[in-house]
This record gives sequence, structure tokens and C-alpha cells, in this order.
Amino acid sequence: MSDTHAQTVAYVRETMLPERAPPATVVGPIGWARENLFSSPANTVITLVALAFVYLIFSILIPWASHNTWSATSLADCREMTGKDHGAACWGVINERWRQILFGNYPEHLRWRPILDLVLLGVALAPILFTNLPRKMLYFSAAYPFIMPWLIWGGTVWVPVLAAMGFVIGFLVIKFGEEVLGSLLAMVLAVVVALVWWLFLLSPLSDVLSSILPIGLEPIGSSRDIGGLLLAFVIGVVAIGCSLPIGIVLALGRQSNLLIVKTLCVGFIEFIRGVPLITLLFVASTLLNIFMPPGTNFDIVLRVIIMVTLFSSAYMAEVIRGGLAALPKGQYEGGDSLGLNYWQAQRLIIMPQALKISIPGIVSTFIGLFKDTTLVSVIGLMDPIGWATAIRADTAWIGVLWELYAFIAVLFFIVCFGMSRYSMYLERKLKTSH
Amino acid sequence: MNKSVFIGALTAAGLAAAAAPAATLDEVKERGVLNCGVSTGVPGFEAPNADGEWEGFDVDVCRAVAAAVLDDAKAVEFVPTTGKTRFTALASGEVDMLSRVTTWTFSRDVDLKFEFVGVNYYDGQGFMVPKELGVTSATELDGATVCIQTGTTTELNLADYFRVNNMSYEPVPIETQTEAQQQYLAGACDVYTTDSSALASVRSSFADASAHTILPEIISKEPLGPLVRHGDNEWGDIVRWTLNALIAAEELGVTSANIGELSAAAGDNPEINRLLGTEGNLGEMLGLDAQWAVRAISAGGNFGESFERHIGENTPIGLARGLNAQWTAGGLMYSPPFR
Repeated sequence: MSDTHAQTVAYVRETMLPERAPPATVVGPIGWARENLFSSPANTVITLVALAFVYLIFSILIPWASHNTWSATSLADCREMTGKDHGAACWGVINERWRQILFGNYPEHLRWRPILDLVLLGVALAPILFTNLPRKMLYFSAAYPFIMPWLIWGGTVWVPVLAAMGFVIGFLVIKFGEEVLGSLLAMVLAVVVALVWWLFLLSPLSDVLSSILPIGLEPIGSSRDIGGLLLAFVIGVVAIGCSLPIGIVLALGRQSNLLIVKTLCVGFIEFIRGVPLITLLFVASTLLNIFMPPGTNFDIVLRVIIMVTLFSSAYMAEVIRGGLAALPKGQYEGGDSLGLNYWQAQRLIIMPQALKISIPGIVSTFIGLFKDTTLVSVIGLMDPIGWATAIRADTAWIGVLWELYAFIAVLFFIVCFGMSRYSMYLERKLKTSH
Repeated sequence: MNKSVFIGALTAAGLAAAAAPAATLDEVKERGVLNCGVSTGVPGFEAPNADGEWEGFDVDVCRAVAAAVLDDAKAVEFVPTTGKTRFTALASGEVDMLSRVTTWTFSRDVDLKFEFVGVNYYDGQGFMVPKELGVTSATELDGATVCIQTGTTTELNLADYFRVNNMSYEPVPIETQTEAQQQYLAGACDVYTTDSSALASVRSSFADASAHTILPEIISKEPLGPLVRHGDNEWGDIVRWTLNALIAAEELGVTSANIGELSAAAGDNPEINRLLGTEGNLGEMLGLDAQWAVRAISAGGNFGESFERHIGENTPIGLARGLNAQWTAGGLMYSPPFR
């Protein structure tokens, strides 16, 4: 047999040739470029135009930015250092004033507190975001909303402790009142009791307790000392933290069968969405002042936080309503058929799915909210933009413009980009439809 | 029941409102801090420095009042206000006084129910041109392109001035001072017009400030001064006479350097003695102590010292005294007598 084969075919390769590397034009950077950038004439033209554009921008930006003017003490100083009147960045202003853009006038020896707050924020968020962490850490997450303002504003420890007690009391009212009053009445009663506790009992009680046991942090002089990026963070984080639960409640209320609850929720959402944020800020800064008796000291930062929270919870409610609407009806009916009550069904079946669907919308609302905090400079609060204006009024720095705004843009970009990447990670992690 | 609660709240608010006016001085003393409304930043007039301390010509008035009332020039909480929030901030009691480049006008004084206590800077709308144009007077500006902020009184003043002088111009509308600066430097307009103090600060930011000149004509009246609410005349008197004390101190030659010596014992000049409390009881009449003016003047120096330090000719802003010189030197600064 082997003979026939040998006679009919002159040569047979008996071993495989070693694999050769694919040609350079198909793989590697060149291949990638050919496939993605120059695959067709149109694509080639677009690529070249885009490259020229990028080059144009960088050829202006890099020579402008790459001046070593960090040690300058005034704009005139910068001009002397670079020998240029225009077209040279004057980074001395950032070097001298970056602390103000980050912290405003927050007392220098207390700046560890907001930094600690930021670290703790990471700790508090971790168990919510990463399910493989010990569940006990969630207790800290629950306590964080009370620790955070205390660290920022300082003062006696009893105010946050008693404020947290309000929630405990409300919970107890629901737990024990449910059997006697029914769940709806118990819930209304809980809200009323908690409000009475916060509005009327909290401050006298905390005075008494702090005179007995004065534990506390050094209070800061005034809320107006909170400025710069810190102010944006305080407003942003509190409003983000509060608007999600309020938004969920509003979204559920809007779908409720109870006429009054539904009307209230719809009215609130539509009213707030029909009004620009800047109007609400003006209400916070000017109108509330006129309505309240003179001499009432209602913290301006708190007023702004409340307004921003209301604003974003209305948007949040609509985002979550979108998530609820996307759920098939069978999910609701499934919950009912299992004999779950309303809250159990929401907690175990509806919300986990609805929130997952809403993640991109929720995070864009968060990002929008964080960027909206710069609007407070219009009512005279010193956020990064407000500080930029004030710094430009310093006679040493009149005329400096791009450097300050570039710095602020970088700060905001880092935060917002971080949030957006995180939401993408979360979506991938929670994806169940493979 | 709802109604009665509402009426009750209204009454309480009304009572509080009625009780409040007379008490600004007491309120400030009890608080231990003067709430002073400033702008969010005007070069030379108010701006926070690198340590976060507010500085400037208007700020010195706040500090003088704080020093007179509270014996501490640092006991001031500066509340940045914008053009839109300043009047409500004052009317609602969020600030005790405003000292922020605000023009004294009829309607603000009468209709908005404020009390301008005096003038600390006589400003007016002026023109800036590049020197190379060779223009020396605003009357030579016929046919010029003018950079002007839209929707401001400066726009109306400009139209009036050119009409009265039978000249024409071409407006280049702009939105902010920063934009004006860029447009003017880029040569989009021949002339930039706004308040002359602002022109000076814009010019100070130019790389070659000497290549631009501010024309001598001032075409509007913009008297800038501190203001308080209607209805609390005692408090208004304190702010008014603190400002007057600063102005009078310059006229009388009382400076932060010699005030210690002059206030130690009664001297030869009876008016200085009355001002500094070594004679008479002017401080008592204000509801303060005899040393009030001494503290006010020591806080930031007299009017002239404060002017020179923040906006005078040796600062980057480089404003000449002009109208803001003492009346004895040909200006308009004129304090009523301390008697």
C-alpha cells in the first residue's frame, strides 16, 4: 500500500509546518488601525480630519499649559517669568489658591474632618456595592448619614444621635402600631411622631444631654465657611443620599391606588419638574428669608440642600417609575400570588429589578445633580465657581481666567467620570440576562 | 383650626417684625458678630485674600463698624451677595448692613426702603481707549465702535451721552466684564465703557496698561455707599457716623499712626477731641462708648489711608482721588461736623 502512495505523489509532508505570525498588516497596531481607522475611504478621511483636529487642540493647549509658573505670586509675575503677555498659563494662582477651591474657608486645622468624611463615605458605600463584604458593615452605612454632617459642622454629638433616634421611634411606632391601627394609619402616625420629635423635642433634649455629658467636636464658625469643592460635595452627597429613598417613595406613591397619596405625589413631582432649579435656589436664599420672622437663623447651606434634594427626588421618582413600568405585570402578580404583602413584594421582587433597570438613569441624575451644585454661586454661596470669581477679584490675579476654570473642570471631571464608570461596572455586575 | 394657626403664625411674624427694627445694635452685640453683605468679588473693593480674609475698600467700612460696635475688627461675618440677592439679604435681616459697590439711587432709597448712610466712593461711567488712537476726549468719539454690557444702566447712559453730543456710535454688545476685556484687547471695539473704577481694574490686568488711557469725561453719577434697612435709625446712625468718622479723621489729620497719641489725652483741637472721645459724650449718644471712633479708625486707618491701600495710585488699580478727595482738596468727601 505504501508503495502505491509513494509512486503517485512525489512528495508528502509528514509534519505540520510551524504556525507563522499573521502578516503585520492584519494584526497588532497596524492591523488594528487598518481595520478601525482606515477601513474605507470615508473612514480614512474622517480619521485624518479628526487627527488634524486633535493635533490642533493639543498644539495650542500643550504650549499654553507647559509653562513652569507654579511659583508666581501674581499675574504680572507670571508675565515676567514667561516673557509672554498672552498664551502662557499662569499656574501660580492654582498653587496659591487650590486650598480655597477645594475647601473654601473651612478652618485649616479641622480639614482632616471632611477628608475623614470622604474616606468614611467609601467605607459606608462598600457593603452596599460589594455584596461579598461582611453584612455587619451595613450598620455603619446606616449610621453614616448622621456621622457625616456631624463631622462637617462639628458641635455636640447628641444632635446626630437624637436625630437617629427619630427614625428608631418612627420604626417602633410602625412595628407596634401596625396591629392596633392598621399599616397605613401606623405609618402616618410614625411620620407625625418623628416630625414632632425632630422639630420640637430634639433641640431642647440635645441641650440638656450636652450639658450633662458634653461630648462633641469643635464647631465651625459658620456654614458659609464651607466652600469650594467641599460645598459641592456636601450638597451633592446629601442630596444624592436623600433623593434616592425619597424618589422611590414618590415613584411608589405615584403608582398607588390611594387617591390622596397619588395626587400628592403627582402634584409634587410635576410641580418640581416644572420649575427650574435656579428658581428653587432663589426661593431658598431670598423668599424663605422674607417668610420667616426676622432673626430666624435657618442655615443657608441647609436651605439649599433641602431645595436641591427636593429637586432631584422629583427627577429620581420619574427615573424609578420608568424602571417600575418596565417590569412585566407578571412580576407584580407573582408577588401577590405568593401571599406577600405590599412592602414585602416591593422589597423582595419589584424594587431589586426596577432599580437594576434604572441604574443608568439614576447615575445620570446623580451626575447632573453634582454638576448642578455649581448653580449655588448665583445666590452668593462660595462653591468652586464662586471662589473663582472671588480669586479673580484679587488685585494680584485680575485677568486670570482659564487656569481657574481648567482646574475646576478637572476636579469635576474626575468625580463625574468616576461615577459614570462605576455605574457601568455595576450594570455589568448585576446583569442577569446572559 | 388651620386658619387660627395661620393667623397666629402671622401675628407672631408681625410682632417679631415690629419688634426687630429697633434692635439691630442689640442683636449684633448679642451675636458678637457683624453680618456684613459684600459682593462676590470686585477688585480693590472686596475680595478674599490667600488666607481667606476679606480685604478691600468696602470691607474696611464693615471692619470699622465692627470695631466701633464690638471692639473687634475681625468680628465680621462677610456674606457674599450677588446683584440679585443683595437687597433681599438686607431686607430680610440676613445681613445687618451692605457695603458692596451699590449705587445710591432714588428708588433704592425710597421704594426698596433702604437707608444709604453716605457715599464712600463717587464713581461714574467712563471710557477707555488705546493710546494709539490719539483720542484725548470723549467728544472725539464720533463713529466709534463701543464695547458695552447689555441690559445695564451704562447702555442707557451711553445712548444719552452720544445723542446729547450729536454723535453716532456702533455698539458691540457683551455679557460680562471678562468678555469685554477679551473683546477690547482683541480690537473688536475702539472704546470700552463702564464704571471708571471697573475700567481701572480692567486696565490693571493688561500686560501693557500704559498703552491704554481712561478719558477724563465721566458721563453718569454713580455714588457708591453702604446702606442699612429703613426703620432702625439708631443703627443707621452708627453706620453713618462710623463712615463719617473715617472721612473726618482724614480731614483732621488723624491717622492710624498718630491715633494712639491723639486719643491718649485731650489735645488742642476740640473737634479731634470730640471725635476721639477725650471730650464730650458723642459715643454715648450713639449708644456706644467714648472710644468707638478710635477703634473704627484704628481698624483700617482713616478714609484716605484705606483708599490708598486698596485702590489708590500705588496699587495695581491705580485710581486717583479725583472726586473722592476731601472737600478741602477739591473733592466731594465732606463729613458733617462732630459736635
